[in-house]
Amino acid sequence: MSLVNIKTWSKSGAPWIWLNAGAVAASMVMVLGLLLLIAVRGFGHFWPHDLMEVDVTSPDGTVQRVLGELVRSEELPASVLHDAGVQIPRDILTVERHLIKQGNRDTLGRDFVWYLAPRMGEPSYPVNAMVLERREWGNLYGYPLELKEGGQTVAQGEALWPALLARIERANDIHDEIRRIERQDIGKVNFRMEGLRLDERRMALDPNMPAAEVAQRKAQMAAERAELDAEYARLAEQLEVLYRDVKRDTLVAELMDGRKVNVPVANIVRASQPNAMSLFAKIGYYFDRFGEFVGGYPREANTEGGIFPAIFGTVTMVMVMSIIVTPFGILAAIYLREYAKQGPLLRLIRVSVYNLAGVPSIVFGVFGLGFFVYFLGGSIDELFYPEALPSPTFGTPGLFWASLTLALLTLPVVIVATEEGLARIPSTIRMGSLALGATKAETLWKVVVPLSTPAMMTGLILAIARAAGEVAPLMLVGVVKLAPTLPIDGNLPFIHMERKIMHLGFHIYDVGFQSPNVEAARPLVYATALTLVILIVILNLAAISIRNHLREKYRSESD
Amino acid sequence: MTSSNPSAVRTHSVSSHMFEGEERQKLSLADETICLDVRNLNLYYGADQALKGISLKIPAQRVTAFIGPSGCGKSTLLRCFNRMNDLIDSCRIEGEVLLDGEDIFKRGVDVAELRRKVGMVFQKPNPFPKSIYENVAYGLRLQGVNNRRILDEAVEKALTGAALWGEVKDRLNDNAMGLSGGQQQRLVIARAIAIEPEVLLLDEPASALDPISTLKIEELINELKSQYTIVIVTHNMQQAARVSDYTAFMYMGDMIEYSDTDTIFTNPAKKQTEDYITGRYG
Repeated sequence: MSLVNIKTWSKSGAPWIWLNAGAVAASMVMVLGLLLLIAVRGFGHFWPHDLMEVDVTSPDGTVQRVLGELVRSEELPASVLHDAGVQIPRDILTVERHLIKQGNRDTLGRDFVWYLAPRMGEPSYPVNAMVLERREWGNLYGYPLELKEGGQTVAQGEALWPALLARIERANDIHDEIRRIERQDIGKVNFRMEGLRLDERRMALDPNMPAAEVAQRKAQMAAERAELDAEYARLAEQLEVLYRDVKRDTLVAELMDGRKVNVPVANIVRASQPNAMSLFAKIGYYFDRFGEFVGGYPREANTEGGIFPAIFGTVTMVMVMSIIVTPFGILAAIYLREYAKQGPLLRLIRVSVYNLAGVPSIVFGVFGLGFFVYFLGGSIDELFYPEALPSPTFGTPGLFWASLTLALLTLPVVIVATEEGLARIPSTIRMGSLALGATKAETLWKVVVPLSTPAMMTGLILAIARAAGEVAPLMLVGVVKLAPTLPIDGNLPFIHMERKIMHLGFHIYDVGFQSPNVEAARPLVYATALTLVILIVILNLAAISIRNHLREKYRSESD
Repeated sequence: MTSSNPSAVRTHSVSSHMFEGEERQKLSLADETICLDVRNLNLYYGADQALKGISLKIPAQRVTAFIGPSGCGKSTLLRCFNRMNDLIDSCRIEGEVLLDGEDIFKRGVDVAELRRKVGMVFQKPNPFPKSIYENVAYGLRLQGVNNRRILDEAVEKALTGAALWGEVKDRLNDNAMGLSGGQQQRLVIARAIAIEPEVLLLDEPASALDPISTLKIEELINELKSQYTIVIVTHNMQQAARVSDYTAFMYMGDMIEYSDTDTIFTNPAKKQTEDYITGRYG
């Protein structure tokens, strides 16, 4: 291509188009790559991996049988190993090593171990190798030997596996029953007990109550308490029976080093023999585990089990935030755009509001903690919940304060979007309304505000997207690693604004960086991240479809 | 006022097409009931004076047209009659406008009430992005009328009055933005007459429309004048000649000449008026 050609080419604007299109393509690749990475790593976690059995020769010549899942492999420069004191032949440059998840943290100590490829023999995949997901100590990898009921062997060999699965299901059913009683029934009793205690305190704090009434109320309370105690005793007895029942069966298993261990069936969540599974069985297993992840409660410091409370907490918090921020933002925007006198002061306010969006979110967290939690919450406690002091009710981080802090954080977004929506309503429409004898307020509420609802929804969509992904401020104002109860339950008033919640964003941080078992938690980080992304997408799609519906309704030429 | 043969003099003027079967009788302001009485009206935008000592009487149930070059203040004057100028912060008004003997600028006048009596239609059709029905019912709903039967009747009456009923009666619940420009403008007129005002202000109502729609609007104006006092601002002198009974010519904020339309177009008293209507400037 000659110089002249290049000149005409650059004049034609084609380079710009290529540059712009290239920028778009690069962004798309990055976003899709990110989603793909999270999806593959996150969703892959639930697939039943084959169990590899391999003999490993240690430097002193002893041979050790290893059983576990191959997690990943990497090439290592030999010099690194030499420096670490590992003896390998001098003439090789790189050595491959494999990370094997061998589980059995309780007996073997380490559940993830690197093995050098040259020391490993030929791997085999025995069909009777099994993996047990346990309630404690992570996975157990081994070989089933026999099943015992109260010390008596009940199944062995061929019959063992189906019997084991049946008994695990039975134990799980009992477990569900136990948890239902503990969480709901006993939870309710405790809730009412606490209510009684607070009533009593309140009575003690009220000096004006006539003695007769005090006596009457006390008698009433005593009766109620006796009733609750009886109820509790009945439930405790029920529980004791169930606990005894669940301990009935034991599985004897052989570990990779030949040791025989007794595993209480009550301790097993799920058992599988992945090497013997057909593709359909694997798919079924996959969805079973995925269902548990989305719908279950976390176990073992959040490194196992599900993230349901975190999903629930995130959604609840975003909903409460939307309910708070929407009216506030819309009213503020209407005042700024429609009523406030335009001038330097208003410009200053507007710039401040816009800049509020740029304040680091942790600053909002600090503000929320200092002002909302300690000051407002403390005052509320003193005024309305003096009987519960010194233990705080609202004077401690919780759902309401987290939502309020996020509402503050997202307020500018809603205000800006609403203001722009109001400004876009043509003045001819306002004039038309005014000329028909409408006052300014009537014009606003009957014409202008309904017409700008799509813009308000846009603001809300942006607010939701920002709020659902926010983590930093929440750590200060109400999100915890593990919340004992959900913020919504069957006890009055059903939604408990003062309760602490779990949150997906914080869950990612907690599992990824605060976990005692990083390797075990890593896939959960990806899976949780993916869930968070999907959740935000769902929330946004819902809001967008509402907005499009409104747009259709208020379609105007100016749009 | 001397009455020469109008058609003969009109040769140098714009052609004045009369609606079929209509015979325009000789009009005189002295015989009319006066609806709006403007007395020495001065209007300022900040330091600029937009209207300079305007006085005129607008007769009831007639069509009065304001003509004049752009920026002469005719729309400003029109917007005084329903106090739409109140929306402009820098606007200041001196003088009086009497509507049925009451000064509309007097303290304590309810502006919303005034605008119910003095309806207005703008240059660009501005229906609300709601259904056709709700557009027409809007003014009545503002007055607290929510009875479906009363609304139905009023909507039909207003749409019939605006010569739109036949075209939209089967799709009253469709969005008004789906109508053509001319239909939208008639809808806006229907919206205005639904609340039965005394006066209808039309601010260049046909300037954004095609010729056929314009003709329909003009026919409509002709029909409406039996019930309403109509004041129309127009750039189109044929239109003024066709639809109006009285015409005021304004120039640079001054009322140059005001008389019955025939006189203005056939025998103007002022040279400026003649120059304008013959197209020598403007």
